[in-house]
Amino acid sequence: MATPKYVGIETEYGIAVDGPTEVNPVLASSLVVGAYRDAGERDVVWDHSDEHPLRDARGYEVPDPHEPVVDDELGLANTVLTNGSRFYVDHAHPEYSSPECSNARDLVIWDKAGERILEDAAARAATTLPPGSRVLVHKNNTDGKGAAYGTHENYLVPRSVPFGRLTRQLLPFFVSRTVFVGAGRLGSELSDEVPFQLSQRADFFEVEVGLETTLKRPLMNTRDEPHADPERYRRLHVINGDANLCEVATFLKVGTMLLLLDLIEDDALPEVPALAEPVTAFHQVSHDLTCARPLRLEDGSTATALEIQGQYLEACRRYVKDRDADLDPVTAQVLERWEAVLALAADDPRSLAGQVDWATKLELMESYRGRHGLGWESDRLKMVDLQYHDVRREKGLFHRLVSRGRIERLVGEDEVIAAMHAPPTDTRAWFRGECIRRFRRQIVAAGWDSLIFDVGGEALQRVPMMEPGRGTRDALGPLLDEVDDAQQLLERLTG
Amino acid sequence: MSDGGQERKDGRTRDEEPEEQVETGTQADDSTQEVLDDVDELLDEIDDVLEENAEEFVRGYVQKGGQ
Repeated sequence: MATPKYVGIETEYGIAVDGPTEVNPVLASSLVVGAYRDAGERDVVWDHSDEHPLRDARGYEVPDPHEPVVDDELGLANTVLTNGSRFYVDHAHPEYSSPECSNARDLVIWDKAGERILEDAAARAATTLPPGSRVLVHKNNTDGKGAAYGTHENYLVPRSVPFGRLTRQLLPFFVSRTVFVGAGRLGSELSDEVPFQLSQRADFFEVEVGLETTLKRPLMNTRDEPHADPERYRRLHVINGDANLCEVATFLKVGTMLLLLDLIEDDALPEVPALAEPVTAFHQVSHDLTCARPLRLEDGSTATALEIQGQYLEACRRYVKDRDADLDPVTAQVLERWEAVLALAADDPRSLAGQVDWATKLELMESYRGRHGLGWESDRLKMVDLQYHDVRREKGLFHRLVSRGRIERLVGEDEVIAAMHAPPTDTRAWFRGECIRRFRRQIVAAGWDSLIFDVGGEALQRVPMMEPGRGTRDALGPLLDEVDDAQQLLERLTG
Repeated sequence: MSDGGQERKDGRTRDEEPEEQVETGTQADDSTQEVLDDVDELLDEIDDVLEENAEEFVRGYVQKGGQ
């Protein structure tokens, strides 16, 4: 029986300042993060004490010349919000790391809340710049000029699941899921013959397995930093996905992974088709708008991305059926939607418009090209590509499609707005967010697995939170309601 | 090369657009026409909101690499 899984997504947003003065992107990102204020008067800073980004899942720690020094040391904004998320500057981009969620639907809500936070923060940041300045933020992954920036999914997996098994069983999945994960882009880093492709990120991947995230990007990343009890857990750090605006795409991206990780943990996944060249296949799938290109397998045969996805889907269906337990409604919805999307893609991949970003964007571009007689190289078309990802609801083209009812939503906007301030209730993010909301003045710093209090004693007090499933509203809500301040909370927790 | 939100390709402003379709033909024709009108309105809106000076903007859009 598989253990409960938890997921969060970190997104580095694209940023541009338009106005009378030039503002470098690091400063602009810092202005955006610093401008955002949720309820309360001062920021809670990030606690780095338990971070080991260079620890490798294959069992060692390497010195890495490419990883920058901790951003705090550069004086960059780095804060924790009452919704349990981390909001900070990373690699010259504003980054939102969602709180830990227990299921795909919640993840969609808190990922969307991140978009609204960036929209609000960018508007506030613009008011700190000379009149006429605009700060534009895009939820995308490339500038189309050779730079890529990340959207990383993080899944908590038991340490007992061998990393080699994860790699072997997930590589074909990562390559083929591009059909619904791709956010679409004009052009290619690798070929002049590709006017439009499915994935924003695929062209930037060069190796199968590795620790790097900023160059020689690997399909399977080995960063082993669980932000939880390392004896019990590992973190699966998935860096090959795109930032999605379509809720269906985010829902499937995360929902399929959560289910698949249960199968892998229970060793219930039958042999999957091993790709002869996974990295090449990743590029091929991304460059193929028909989703029907045969990919070379190790055994000499071929399979299409949709056929590979179909095998994973079938295995998941069988797993769920065999267990014969009451299937939770979110997983049931994941399976149903996954099957429907694959069926649509088999019939006509472009009919995924409204559910999947690349198809939505392609349909929009084809219409726009038709009206104005634009070629694929047109700057106005490039503007459509970029502005699709603009987080402003008034100007972003994705949002204009939403307002016209052309995009299927899975969650309520009221839920999204609430999630800008409130944490998920069924993970430790609830305790983190609620403590910050209630005791902001007495919290010095917060991290994924700790809160550091200053209640006036000689030493700061660190409350460890090494279990992502503990610290829920059910477990700690009554206690928090009974105490008047952080001092009392600490006494009750330790007493 | 701003569209300025005013001028449209067909020379109409939104206020002047007919509110209802003239009754013609079969239901299938009507629904096809509705889809086309919908796309037309969408593209009008894209022209309205698309960044002015798109050429300059996309050329200047350069990001630092990230993860």
